[in-house]
Amino acid sequence: MNQIVRFTIDGSECMAEKGQYLVDAAKENGIYIPTLCNYTGIKPKGSCRVCTVKVNGRLMTACTTPVSENMDVQNHIPEIDELRKKIIELFFVEGNHFCPACEKGGNCELQALAYRYKIMAPRYPFAFPQREIDATNPKLIKDQNRCILCKRCIRGIQDEKGRTIFAYRKRSSRVEIGIDHKLGKELSDETAMKAMDICPVGALLVREKGFDIPIGERKYDKAPIGSDIEEHNVSSK
Amino acid sequence: MSKPIVATTSLAGCFGCHMSVLDIDERILDLIHLVEFDKSPINDIKHFTRKCDIGLIEGGCCNSENVHVLKDFRENCKILISVGECAIMGGLPAMRNGIPIRECLEEAYLNGPSVKESNQIKIIPNDPELPIMLDKVYPCHEVVKIDYHLPGCPPRADLIWDALVALITGDELKLPYEVIKYD
Amino acid sequence: MKSFTQKAIDKYGGNKTRLMDILIAIQSEFGHISRESVSQIATELHMSEVDVEQTISFYHFFTLEKTGKYSIYLNNSVVANMMGREEVAKAFEQEAGIKFGHITPDGLIGLYETSCIGMNDQEPAAIINNQVFTKLTPFRVKEIVRDIKDGKDVNDMFSASYGDGANRNVLVRSVVTNNIRKIGPILDPEYKVGEAIKKIIKLKPEEVIHEIKNSNIRGRGGAGFPTGLKWEFCRNAQGDKRYIFCNADEGEPGTFKDRVILTELPRLLFEGMVVAGYAVGAEEGILYIRYEYKYLEEYLENILQAARDKNYLGNDILGKKGFNFDIRVQFGAGAYVCGEESALIESAEGKRGEPRDRPPFPVEKGYLNQPTVVNNVETLCAVVKVILHGGEWYRSFGTSESTGTKLLSVSGDCKYAGVYEVAWGFSVNDILDMVGANPKKIIAVQVGGPSGSLIAQNEFSRILGYEDLATGGSLIIFDNTHDLLTEVVLNFTEFFIDESCGSCSTCRILPTILKNKLEKILNARGVMKDIDDMEEWGQILKASRCGLGQTAANPILTSIKNFRHLYEEKIQKSKDYDTGFDLSKAVFEACEVTHRLPNI
Repeated sequence: MNQIVRFTIDGSECMAEKGQYLVDAAKENGIYIPTLCNYTGIKPKGSCRVCTVKVNGRLMTACTTPVSENMDVQNHIPEIDELRKKIIELFFVEGNHFCPACEKGGNCELQALAYRYKIMAPRYPFAFPQREIDATNPKLIKDQNRCILCKRCIRGIQDEKGRTIFAYRKRSSRVEIGIDHKLGKELSDETAMKAMDICPVGALLVREKGFDIPIGERKYDKAPIGSDIEEHNVSSK
Repeated sequence: MSKPIVATTSLAGCFGCHMSVLDIDERILDLIHLVEFDKSPINDIKHFTRKCDIGLIEGGCCNSENVHVLKDFRENCKILISVGECAIMGGLPAMRNGIPIRECLEEAYLNGPSVKESNQIKIIPNDPELPIMLDKVYPCHEVVKIDYHLPGCPPRADLIWDALVALITGDELKLPYEVIKYD
Repeated sequence: MKSFTQKAIDKYGGNKTRLMDILIAIQSEFGHISRESVSQIATELHMSEVDVEQTISFYHFFTLEKTGKYSIYLNNSVVANMMGREEVAKAFEQEAGIKFGHITPDGLIGLYETSCIGMNDQEPAAIINNQVFTKLTPFRVKEIVRDIKDGKDVNDMFSASYGDGANRNVLVRSVVTNNIRKIGPILDPEYKVGEAIKKIIKLKPEEVIHEIKNSNIRGRGGAGFPTGLKWEFCRNAQGDKRYIFCNADEGEPGTFKDRVILTELPRLLFEGMVVAGYAVGAEEGILYIRYEYKYLEEYLENILQAARDKNYLGNDILGKKGFNFDIRVQFGAGAYVCGEESALIESAEGKRGEPRDRPPFPVEKGYLNQPTVVNNVETLCAVVKVILHGGEWYRSFGTSESTGTKLLSVSGDCKYAGVYEVAWGFSVNDILDMVGANPKKIIAVQVGGPSGSLIAQNEFSRILGYEDLATGGSLIIFDNTHDLLTEVVLNFTEFFIDESCGSCSTCRILPTILKNKLEKILNARGVMKDIDDMEEWGQILKASRCGLGQTAANPILTSIKNFRHLYEEKIQKSKDYDTGFDLSKAVFEACEVTHRLPNI
């Protein structure tokens, strides 16, 4: 069995296997650290910065930082909560997030985080960028307006030879996601579904899917994102 | 103390947010006790008759008239509240923002399948009485200062009610999870 | 094209970690990387096409569309503008008959903008088909375009004489000048190749590390990590192989000292890499150079070959059994962020230059996941001198926290722009005096490039060193004729926007928002709240993954701190709130379309 380390999050004692990523270690201790680009089973990339915590006083992303003995983690403190709120708001002005018209509404992690952080309106001016909708793929529609460039699809979906089907194009604020024309044509229904599920927002949609679940019954209609993790923690109540 | 005075308007919106105001059900009777209405589509008062305390704005600004009305509200209301997705971020009307206004107008009046044959004189409506379209749909807070935002499409009636009551009574606005929604 | 592409792929053994080299070969040959090539590379390297394309589209000097037969990349940095870039750019546009960002209809000339090319002491400068043209004037532009139209090779287009020193070398033949203004122990031309190697092979690697630690030398790139400690970590890390990287991706605007070392003292640098290799137990060294210095390629390769011939590189170096080390040159392709060590490693592996998450650090898992040391050019030169003269000797220069000397790249409003080697511990005032800057007229100095600070006169007494004003060596001097916010702060902020790798949210999104705020203030629509917003929001960038992101707001933040009055002068005093909305602008296009007057 792996070595167990002890550390604290906001002062409460936690235990986890050495080397486990902080996000997962926290989860096992009933503490929710919000994430957006992280996805269980996919190598973390630390691209959304939402899981930023203070580790021994330094800003680190919890999804990429392994726990170690005596680590002092600050998660739910005003400074970090405010920072996360500001980061989440950034996504809303970067793209074109028209929630009322989005198939992923109610099941969208970005939206759910905004609800959790009680964001009434982003503080920054909107960019209203011109973004591409790529409907050339037979199975998937990619709407760059909604994409938050978390790389989940890039990291999570490969073909049987390990080749990536999704990739970044360009750099800086011009970055976008591309779907490989050749490999994309051969996508199975199953992989297309997986891509849609992996996408935290409504940027990847399987054709003729969406609006399946009525309002009120969707994933984040009733309880905040992360509350399933916190349920198991008595002390946070 | 006299009752606070409320004004409301719908700019580039669908009146859904106003419907949601009415959707507070029997509390509308309490509302009448709490506030007085000035300029508003609810009572059909067309112009401000006095300075108001609270202005509720539905919809964003898609044309010059919207901007004038909004500025009028800013001048006449102590507190301005953006109500709903369109007021806050442009909403569905703002989905045109990625397309140049020239293309929008030409598609709507010259090239669209429903007008292509019928608009023989190839004219885009340009009567001086008509408001002029803006290059894009602007959220209200990008035109004037907005004090509070109530998101939703439309905002839940409870959110509107709770916010108004909190504002008038000075009590803390509790925001239960269910009331903050963007759709 | 097909066979050339195949040859390029084969040359690198069909190895996808050498994608950069393959792409560079194709881009240089054809002026772009065609869809067919992308497809061919993808098939041969067992990658998807989008995967190849994501590397291509990351780098400034790779293009999927055809560039001109002569591709002119004109630097658009602050100092270039100060030295008359605008006139030069106009001349290029006029002579070529096209705007920047376009190519002539016959495909002959393409005009492009590019970030600082490491020629701040001889601006305006441009790169044309990998050759550098410095000190451009509208007249010179006419000559160049005429030569282009005559079909001359770029190497035959120099009407002026070549630069000084090794710039005249037959394998360089460049008009670039070194402008070495002050020599110290590192730039000392009396250096004899191989002495340090002879010395270390008599020592144990641990003893070499000990001596480096004893010197207290810290990384010269700017971050200042203790070099000896870095080597020790790498040596002690678990791995099958170890690598030494020299970071010559000198991209910080205003820095050019590495270019001068690469030109004048490449042997010293290579010897430093050998020393590092011996100390950490690496057998392969990689010199990662920015693409802008491609004109030095043949020259450097030739020197490496000479070193192999003398057994300074190769197997059993100078008879030391089992001491094997060789160096290869890896070019970048135009990306400032690749100066960040983990991004540099990613790039050397053929990928987008996106910084990695840390931990693990490169010394644990670096190039090809093996323990890797990444050192700055100057650091590696300095360690040779430490080996030759001892750590104690080295500590006799500089201060207790900042030992040794530092190469400064000085440019802007001064008489003698160029490279200066000075001991740490001098004040900015001292430097201004040394470089012939009029102290009465100088209002600001950008210390450490855009990621550093813009300081005002009241801080000119601060001391250069890790304990006070840390710097990678770039000093840009501004006199009172400049509008700092427009010419400097805005330019640097745009630089950061362009150079963001885009993979981490804060650095991808926020700098543009800050730039818009700055422009609002410059357009006289700002209010006090805008200044406060910029200060507050700028802090969000501290949550970025790498140094680029974390410092991307520095031009704005340090100028607000040190030149607040410049902002306050420009904001509206009568208002405390202004959204910046302009109705007449917003209706302009619709009025045009409908032929209406804006009766608003």
